[in-house]
Amino acid sequence: MSTSSPLSTNCGRRMHELSIIASLFEILEEKAKEQKAKKIVSVKLKVGALSGVVPEFLKTSFDIYKKETIASGAELEIEEVPLKVQCQKCGAEITKDDFIFICEKCASRELKTLSGTELLLEKIELEL
Amino acid sequence: MSKKEILVLEELLGSNKKIAAEIRKKLEEKGILTINLLSSPGAGKTTLLEKMAEKLKADYRMAVIEGDIETEKDAERIRAKGIPAWQIITGGACHLEAKMVGKLFPEIPADLDFLFIENVGNLVCPASYDLGENIRCVLLSTPEGDDKPKKYPKAFTTSDCLIITKSDLMPVLPFDLEYACKEALEVNPNLKIFVTSALKETGIDEWVEHLVSALHELRQKNA
Repeated sequence: MSTSSPLSTNCGRRMHELSIIASLFEILEEKAKEQKAKKIVSVKLKVGALSGVVPEFLKTSFDIYKKETIASGAELEIEEVPLKVQCQKCGAEITKDDFIFICEKCASRELKTLSGTELLLEKIELEL
Repeated sequence: MSKKEILVLEELLGSNKKIAAEIRKKLEEKGILTINLLSSPGAGKTTLLEKMAEKLKADYRMAVIEGDIETEKDAERIRAKGIPAWQIITGGACHLEAKMVGKLFPEIPADLDFLFIENVGNLVCPASYDLGENIRCVLLSTPEGDDKPKKYPKAFTTSDCLIITKSDLMPVLPFDLEYACKEALEVNPNLKIFVTSALKETGIDEWVEHLVSALHELRQKNA
């Protein structure tokens, strides 16, 4: 977590999304430096349904955090990734809208998670 | 002025994961089994640890890392049982992170058998942070209600064990044990469930046995 932000010590009271955004800014600052960028124009995240974070809170946290940083004018785009599982018995691939780990086709409990747990910085757009 | 798009594909909690993996490796090398306890406030994490201290003290060495937003109260309760305990005061943060545990690392005795980490009481945020544990355990106390697993799925899907606490209160509560277990196993079929009462001292021995066998497995892997 960056110690330069006055909000960093307060993050917990805003849930852990601000703390996650602080981790995002560590990566953003590193990438901007590597690329010798002047600005970060846009940021795209992939957030799984079972990632444990709320996209809306990430957006709010991002807008609070970005002020006076290299990403002060940046747009945050969040792609929400649904929970997708594959049954290890019958092979069915199922996109779930709940978190019940039982195969809807054959009732097996041996399901492998294919996606939906990610919390990923996918790409950024920079101004050089 | 030119624009450039770069593909990053980095996990946002990647640095926490990396620190956690280092902690796990170092503790495993020392033959220490690490357990991360998660629950809402008041579910009975500290009371369970007090009971663990009584059960394990004769034959094993344990220590406890306590996470709380404020106060040293929980660490004091554990120390009163003759067990080394460190208090992490997060000063507002709703969860522990691996780097907070990492900072304590030099103080952790090398001859421990069990290291317990009591997370900040919260069924949401701590679920996203690996602390380097071998076993993650979520506690659900009967007064909280039997419907929690699906309301807070991440805490249950990422845990290895579920300890139902305060089972002695079941006769006076609308808590359906069978339903709670069914709900929990639907979100995570691999959960090992222990039904305990610290007051009546039931179910605790089964949990202790589970940890002791996990410790032996870890040591065998090392040998």
